Amino acid sequence: MAEAARLKLALSDDEPFLGHKACAGCGGSLAVRLALKVLGERTFVVLPAGCMSAVGFLYPQLAFGCNAIISTFAGTASMMSGIAAAARALKLRDYHVVGFAGDGGTADIGLQALSGAIDRHENFIYICYDNEAYMNTGVQKSGLTPFGARTTTSPVGPHAAGARSRKKDIFEIVAAHGIDYAATATVAHAHDYIRKVERARTTVGTSFLHVLAPCPTGWGIETSETLAARGFSPCEQQTRLGASAACRMT
Amino acid sequence: MSVEATARQPQPLFMSGNEAVAWGARLARPHVIAAYPITPQTVVIERLAEWVAEGKLDTEFLHVESEHSALSACMGASALGARTFTATSSQGLLYMAECLQYASGGRFPIVMMNANRALALPWNIYGDQQDSLAVLSSGWIQIYIEDAQEALDMTIQGFAIAEHAEVLTPVMLNLDGFVLTHTYEPVDVPAQADVDAFLPPFRTPSKMSLEAPTSMGFTAGPAHYTEFKVQQHRAILRAERVASEVDQEFGRRFGRSYGGAVVPYRCEGADVVLVTLGSVAGIVRETVDKLRARGVAAGMLKLRLMRPFPEREIVQALSTARFVGVLEKDVSFGYRGAVFSEVSSALAGSAARPALLNFVAGLGGRDISRNDVEQMFVELQSATVRPLGEQVRFVGVNSNG
Repeated sequence: MAEAARLKLALSDDEPFLGHKACAGCGGSLAVRLALKVLGERTFVVLPAGCMSAVGFLYPQLAFGCNAIISTFAGTASMMSGIAAAARALKLRDYHVVGFAGDGGTADIGLQALSGAIDRHENFIYICYDNEAYMNTGVQKSGLTPFGARTTTSPVGPHAAGARSRKKDIFEIVAAHGIDYAATATVAHAHDYIRKVERARTTVGTSFLHVLAPCPTGWGIETSETLAARGFSPCEQQTRLGASAACRMT
Repeated sequence: MSVEATARQPQPLFMSGNEAVAWGARLARPHVIAAYPITPQTVVIERLAEWVAEGKLDTEFLHVESEHSALSACMGASALGARTFTATSSQGLLYMAECLQYASGGRFPIVMMNANRALALPWNIYGDQQDSLAVLSSGWIQIYIEDAQEALDMTIQGFAIAEHAEVLTPVMLNLDGFVLTHTYEPVDVPAQADVDAFLPPFRTPSKMSLEAPTSMGFTAGPAHYTEFKVQQHRAILRAERVASEVDQEFGRRFGRSYGGAVVPYRCEGADVVLVTLGSVAGIVRETVDKLRARGVAAGMLKLRLMRPFPEREIVQALSTARFVGVLEKDVSFGYRGAVFSEVSSALAGSAARPALLNFVAGLGGRDISRNDVEQMFVELQSATVRPLGEQVRFVGVNSNG
């Protein structure tokens, strides 16, 4: 992947996502920044209510160098569908539509819209940055919080031992739709992630990337540990989200 | 794909209110239609889908997975400067509730038809106005339609109003479920070329574009939020004048106009006036004629706009009335009909202090008969200024109910 190799991971002067207010060590903002370096300026970005919209464009401090818009929490994929439809109708050329939604915005409240969009083979890239809880609202349990994980709504005490449900297998859920391209990744392995964004960029139809994006604030880890942290996930997920990330075409 | 432009139909076509809306949407040439089926709106999107299939309508038709997604997709499309249309009803409108506020706050000039239908529980698919009046404050321009011709014409006018540079606010076209959506009438279908001349393609600098990338629908904190909301409020207020201008221009071009925000019928010198909205205006008008023939100074004030609310026109039209009733198909539980509240509020600023009564009728599709309307006028004539809390009448309630 010559393109991936060419990309400098370090900050440059023409970053498409710069000047935001994310916490130090934020895995989610790294996922956004790296993907936009691949996709470039001719990109329409959709972000639902959540961390990235809260830190990315708080008027008048707008951190995106490309087109960007906040969707409803449940409406990432449906708003992207509308953008993709309008781009077709207006006969735009040479552009990308990408959405960045968290684990809750994807696997819980946004799942219906995501399902419909994949079903229509909408031509866009959906990136789920998974920090394993609702971090923007203060670390509450989501559908992608692993079993046993302690969050503010799945506390640990004499009558409870953290999250009571298994982490939803969002990759399999998405893949079962017959999606055009789906892959897992982690921000810890940036070149692998970038390679997969590249693949999504050239895919006709819907692409879905599930990228593990540690949240030092929510996980209680040092901000220097973002790229080392692996989350508290079941073994099967560790395999998926590790260096040898599964990559599936259907 | 090129689509052959339709000529003006030499004879009126026999069509339902739903089909009239579909025709209006077709003639407006939307780039994107995103819709989800719900009774009694379905025929609108069925016709549009058929025309797409037949090559008569060149649009991106999205089969979305919910009403929430329908409006969300319309917002995404509108953010690129595309013309967008959708249609819904009742539960679907409420399922959109979050997106309604998003769309108006984002200043997306979407046009949406709403088939007015009752809200569950109890489950009920028939017409009343509880749905749209429950979202009166959502920032949408609300237009209430009386017949199928008006439905077609106002769908076209709706885009002209919504997309006006001084407005940029979404429009909700309300048609009474079944009574209007499923009633067939002869409707004049204008030529595509004439509609194109009246409604040119939507152009706006406020959009996401590849040439000038921008952020839309961002976050604004306490330091800036108020200013955006004040702008939004002023824009929808301007829609009253713009709607009137659009209607006059439409009248010049097509020979039909609908009279702006309110339509007074025999209100001049009227002593007793019934204010109403939607398709029931037909029998109220007939009743007014009947009463006038008997020497009763009766009148009707039809409201076409509920938002922006035509306060001045209402006060002016009711300036001579001693008795004013409001007939509506909804109730704001715990108080009274939503329209009655608005009309009463407007009259509080008027020198005239008529006696006021609120007639809540037609809930869940119950028929409103000529006799019902006549009885309303009878009761109104003997009305006195009622103590607070005694102004609401539920019409035709079974005694054992």
